[in-house]
Amino acid sequence: MTSSLLLEVTDLNKSFGGVSATKNVSLQVIEGEAHAIIGPNGAGKTTLISQLSGDLAPDSGQVHFAGNDITTKPGYARSHLGLARSFQITSIFNDMSLLTNVVLAVQAHDGTAFRFWKPAMQDPVLLEKAHEMLDAVGLAEKANHLASTVSHGEHRQLEIAMALASDPRLLLLDEPMAGMGPDETQRMVGILNGLKGAKTMLLIEHDMDAVFAIADRISVLVYGSIIATGTPDEIRQNEDVKRAYLGEEAV
Amino acid sequence: MLNGIDYKSPSVVFAIVIGVLLFIAPPLTEALDRAFWLDVATRAVILCIAAVSLNFILGYGGMVSFGHAAFLGIGAYSVGIPAYYDFYGVGLHLLVTVVFSGLFALVTGAISLRTKGVHFIMITMAFSQMVFYAFVSIEEYGGDDGLLIYSRSEVGGPVNLEDATTFYYVCLISLCVFLYLVHRAVNSRFGMVVQGTRSNERRMTALGYPTFRYRLVAYVLSGMMAGYAGALLGNFTNFISPDMIGWTRSGELIFMVVLGGAGTLFGPVYGVLAFLVIEEILSSITIYWHFIFGAMLVLVVLFVKGGISGLLTRGK
Repeated sequence: MTSSLLLEVTDLNKSFGGVSATKNVSLQVIEGEAHAIIGPNGAGKTTLISQLSGDLAPDSGQVHFAGNDITTKPGYARSHLGLARSFQITSIFNDMSLLTNVVLAVQAHDGTAFRFWKPAMQDPVLLEKAHEMLDAVGLAEKANHLASTVSHGEHRQLEIAMALASDPRLLLLDEPMAGMGPDETQRMVGILNGLKGAKTMLLIEHDMDAVFAIADRISVLVYGSIIATGTPDEIRQNEDVKRAYLGEEAV
Repeated sequence: MLNGIDYKSPSVVFAIVIGVLLFIAPPLTEALDRAFWLDVATRAVILCIAAVSLNFILGYGGMVSFGHAAFLGIGAYSVGIPAYYDFYGVGLHLLVTVVFSGLFALVTGAISLRTKGVHFIMITMAFSQMVFYAFVSIEEYGGDDGLLIYSRSEVGGPVNLEDATTFYYVCLISLCVFLYLVHRAVNSRFGMVVQGTRSNERRMTALGYPTFRYRLVAYVLSGMMAGYAGALLGNFTNFISPDMIGWTRSGELIFMVVLGGAGTLFGPVYGVLAFLVIEEILSSITIYWHFIFGAMLVLVVLFVKGGISGLLTRGK
């Protein structure tokens, strides 16, 4: 793997009132890798990813993406640079069909949407790509179902399809397996492993088995700080990591 | 776009019946010797245009503007003030209408669209009240007594707006054109963005849409459309006053849209017609009709999801 840096986080800090949710976090994601961030509940994982996606502004520190300083860039601008995120709590268009959901994601990156005349849902450019994305996550047959009527696992798959629709350079996945049963988790691990290599992924996940099945490298976040980064084997052996997790369980 | 329409479905039959009735209203009222009914129909069609414009942002865009009557007022004064200086050309009237309602929408939208929910409702209402008090305070144009318009806009050629039937058809054709434009717009890429923003704005931002711009453009288009309705209204009544801009009028428009079915193409038209018919019937029965009407409104909001359009397509 040629190690070109895609995402570089330097000394990021964020606190809410007196609570430091992100403490001097530095993190590097290499192009092509699947990088996971794990950590006990309340470690600040979602706060961190929100600063990467632009939903939250950090107090200090920098975020560089593909050579650009994006620390103060708004979310939509980051998206156009090639950074796509999925949400921990499913965030889709519930009152629209799965196909419409993905069409919206596709047209976001197909030039300006200040086009007032031609029906979007009959546009072959948008439809072809949207069907392709639904196919990639195994939802092709449910394209015309209303999003609110499909299962939780399928919502999560739809999230991935929408994130993929922008041809992102980096996929930020915020707990893609959250709330899933074992079968659904298995399917999602399969989908993400299928994307591995083709997409750089930064994955935040609770499910350890899933993380160790997918990630090339893992960073461990505890109380807002990264205490270790390494391959899955290195992380398994790491004493600090063991202590952080055992400590939590002992309480 | 006419493929795949089921001509036996209740919603299509209903739309055709309403459409035909509106188109034959002038000969019908003449045959029945009820010229006054044509006045009622004209007013209804003008309100339909206003409701369609509100539905564009409220129904499709989720922007509950409680100040839409301001645009009606701006449109009406855009006819009344030039007429006060003896300028009656329709071109000038329309230009003034579109420029001022558009500018007002641009400025107030740029501020109010930064807020959400109740705040948006309150701030749009506040802006329309500012317009209300502005016209109340301008003595030159009649203050709160209002302003008479001695003659309708001059179109030229064979079209004479003073003729009730001609004026009615101008309003009706305008409504049809706006319905078609809205139909195109809401299904276009632009319309998809507006609807997506109603559904889940945070997601739209994450997808890469600068949502504010799209909402603002939708708001300005809607404002200009409502301004046009106001210009027709000013012409129709030959009299304009700040009362046209009262917040109760804005509230009525919201209710008409909800009653007919927000976010459906013909919903606002049904809403306006139903509103006026119910109002007419109830007020002929009892002077306490507001009370019954209010209760009916509450029941509709609670139990008739999707308004009249929702009822017509139920079970599909």
